[in-house]
Amino acid sequence: MPAAYKFFAEFAQTWGLLYFVGVFLIVLIYALAPSRKERFDAAARMPLQED
Amino acid sequence: MSFWSRHKIFETNSIILVIGVLFVIAIGGLVEIVPLFYLKSTIEKAEGIRPYTPLELAGRNIYVREGCYNCHSQMIRPLRDEVERYGHYSLAAESMYDRPFQWGSKRTGPDLARVGNKYSDDWHRDHLNDPRAVVPGSIMPSYPWLEKNELDMSSVSEDMKIQAMLGVPYTEDMLKFAISDVRIQANADDPNAVDLAKRYPNAQSRSFDGNPQKVTEADALIAYLQMLGTQVDFKLYDNKANVR
Amino acid sequence: MAKLWASPHQERSRPMAQTATTSKGMTFGEGGSALAFAALGFLSIIIAAKAYTPEYAFHAYLFAAASVASVFVIVNRYFERPAALPPLTINGKPNYNMGPVKFATIASVVWGIAGFTIGLLIALQLAFPALNFDTSWLSFGRMRPLHTSAVIFAFGGNVLIASSFYVVQRTCRARMVGDISPWFVVLGYNFFIVIAGTGYLLGITQGKEYAEPEWYADLFLTIVWVTYFLVFLGTVMRRKESHIYVANWFYLAFILTIAVLHLGNNATVPVSIFSPKSYIVWSGVQDALVQWWYGHNAVGFFLTAGFLAIMYYFIPKRAERPVYSYRLSIIHFWSLIFMYIWAGPHHLHYTALPDWAQTLGMVFSVMLWMPSWGGMINGLMTLSGAWDKLRTDPILRLMVVSVAFYGMATFEGPLMSVKAVNSLSHYTDWTIGHVHAGALGWVAYISFGCIYCLVPWLWNKKELYSMKAVSWHFWISTLGIVLYISSMWVAGILQGLMWRAYTSLGFLEYSFIETVEAMHPFYIIRALGGAFFVAGSLIMAWNVWKTIISAEAAVEEVHPAQPALVAAE
Repeated sequence: MPAAYKFFAEFAQTWGLLYFVGVFLIVLIYALAPSRKERFDAAARMPLQED
Repeated sequence: MSFWSRHKIFETNSIILVIGVLFVIAIGGLVEIVPLFYLKSTIEKAEGIRPYTPLELAGRNIYVREGCYNCHSQMIRPLRDEVERYGHYSLAAESMYDRPFQWGSKRTGPDLARVGNKYSDDWHRDHLNDPRAVVPGSIMPSYPWLEKNELDMSSVSEDMKIQAMLGVPYTEDMLKFAISDVRIQANADDPNAVDLAKRYPNAQSRSFDGNPQKVTEADALIAYLQMLGTQVDFKLYDNKANVR
Repeated sequence: MAKLWASPHQERSRPMAQTATTSKGMTFGEGGSALAFAALGFLSIIIAAKAYTPEYAFHAYLFAAASVASVFVIVNRYFERPAALPPLTINGKPNYNMGPVKFATIASVVWGIAGFTIGLLIALQLAFPALNFDTSWLSFGRMRPLHTSAVIFAFGGNVLIASSFYVVQRTCRARMVGDISPWFVVLGYNFFIVIAGTGYLLGITQGKEYAEPEWYADLFLTIVWVTYFLVFLGTVMRRKESHIYVANWFYLAFILTIAVLHLGNNATVPVSIFSPKSYIVWSGVQDALVQWWYGHNAVGFFLTAGFLAIMYYFIPKRAERPVYSYRLSIIHFWSLIFMYIWAGPHHLHYTALPDWAQTLGMVFSVMLWMPSWGGMINGLMTLSGAWDKLRTDPILRLMVVSVAFYGMATFEGPLMSVKAVNSLSHYTDWTIGHVHAGALGWVAYISFGCIYCLVPWLWNKKELYSMKAVSWHFWISTLGIVLYISSMWVAGILQGLMWRAYTSLGFLEYSFIETVEAMHPFYIIRALGGAFFVAGSLIMAWNVWKTIISAEAAVEEVHPAQPALVAAE
């Protein structure tokens, strides 16, 4: 098996998974952190404000 | 500045959002696509694959122009019924010179990956003219203009030159004789057919539309259809050698 | 027609003081684009003269005519307009630029009807092949790309451009960036569609599904799309709010990813600048993967992310309550764009594509089910506490049903990406049914809802001309969709089973033509469903038109001087 192929395939199967889990965790923490609750509640009302 | 407040940049800085999106989508695309370019076994070794002759290439362009791919696939899957119905499953090598690929996504009509030499030229000509004349239940449109239109071969050598630039192994000779090769292949007994066969092994040459007076679009399309899937001799092909 | 796009109050409220004090000069945008169009017109005429084929010459003349018209309109508009450009705010309120939004809204209605009608025609061609009329430009192989492009790019694309320009201005509380450029985006995009569509009929195609336009149309679209991106991003950067509303995230991901996909899948080398033909740099199996990486993400980012943005703005707005969970919308966004990009290879199961890529595509497609349903729940639950509105508001009903269809289609999709199911469903009409569950049920319904909301807002009317007509549209179209997708399910599964049926002696039971003949009744039912859908869209067009020309205005709004740019048609 050519080395480059092996490298990319293994990268996809190992670091790809870690990358996926990592991105997901960051997004979860970002979205669910209690400190941002207020800001997100305000953001959710944006379409409803009239100028 | 705490770690958390730094996260604010995502929602407040549009450029960061742009980069974030690009980063997230780039990894997925690259991981899947890049290995294919480094992978010898993506395209297995198979004897007999050659680039299209100028006439076949012109025919293929007509196949693309008329949108045949909307109803016909060119990809036989390794499933029992498909192999029995259409022939040996398709190899990646068999479409290695296909730009664009024409595997298709729908079989309103049957798969054409191995339609070559299954029917006679006359059958193809009649079928293209009026499909219901030979297959009563067919819902294929008729293509009566193909055998009337003279083939436009003015840019065929330019077409091949571009393909050669992109990596198709067209030789100097092939480019030089492109237009005469069209005429040779569409002629029943051209004395130069030997030269054509030397340049393109196993190229079939005859008047495909049964009208030797002129080279028509039907000539080109039928020449293309008649070579589809015929290049690899599966009596000699060792499918164990390419187990992926 | 100029009146249609203009603000209704422009004459009255034109600030006279400005004309007196500011000296008038051409903006960089006006001068630059006029020069660029002049150059394009000149180039087009040269190309037309030396074109390899008459079809290409025809397109070159179209480009030349459009360029000349553009120069004329830009210069004429310059002389007509007051010296000062429209102010960004008036009395502290943002001075929104809604002209291009209006144009794209009307274009979407017109293209929608055209696209649905062509769909009906090709559905009938499959049932009655005589309807191909033995004419090259009317034959199925050329009409089918016309149908897919007309509904996806012409109808859907105009809805996305209209809604994105509307939403980004409203949620950022800022006037759109640019003066000529928003018009260039809208008119240029629609010109691209004309070039693409007439090209298919004349046999100019790349032969790649959903990416049929040839190199010169692709090149032009690239310029339009980059302008679109810059106008959108520039408006986001001009915002008054510190937070970027989540709908804009989806729009931005849609615009950006489509740009990347478009460039990747259309990497062709033209035979000559005088030839419409080009050859793609990828070949065979690589081309196949690039194509379905493009094809599937066109579904993911054009038909999903873009329309989810519509969902995240218009459903809360119409229901008059904030989205169910803003946090869920963020998780929805990142997981959706992350996973979609991997799912393409499920279009190539059991083909010559390497197995590992097929498996990767399958795994991610199945996982995609989760964020998709997260989004569906978020959209539906926005109605919690206000479910009664579904009874009284047919527009909200359209949008909520569209989200339900989204949920259905995104459950069916992962199911069909499982290799065992795919071996049966692939190449059959089941795929066509699945696509239309998403396209008619989700994309078209959320678009109809969006158009019904937008028209009274844009043309300053209290409400639509007829709510009853909206109800009729809803029920007729729903009947159409049910007929369509159920007939295609049955047809597809039957087809798949017939292809693999064996007799007791171990022979294939059916010849291919027998499986074609078995489809006939279902093709008729499908065409009937399509006819209902077309009828519904005609009701919509009538309703929209009546609303626009109705005299009754909503609240008086003070509008600024707003030079109207007329369509270059």
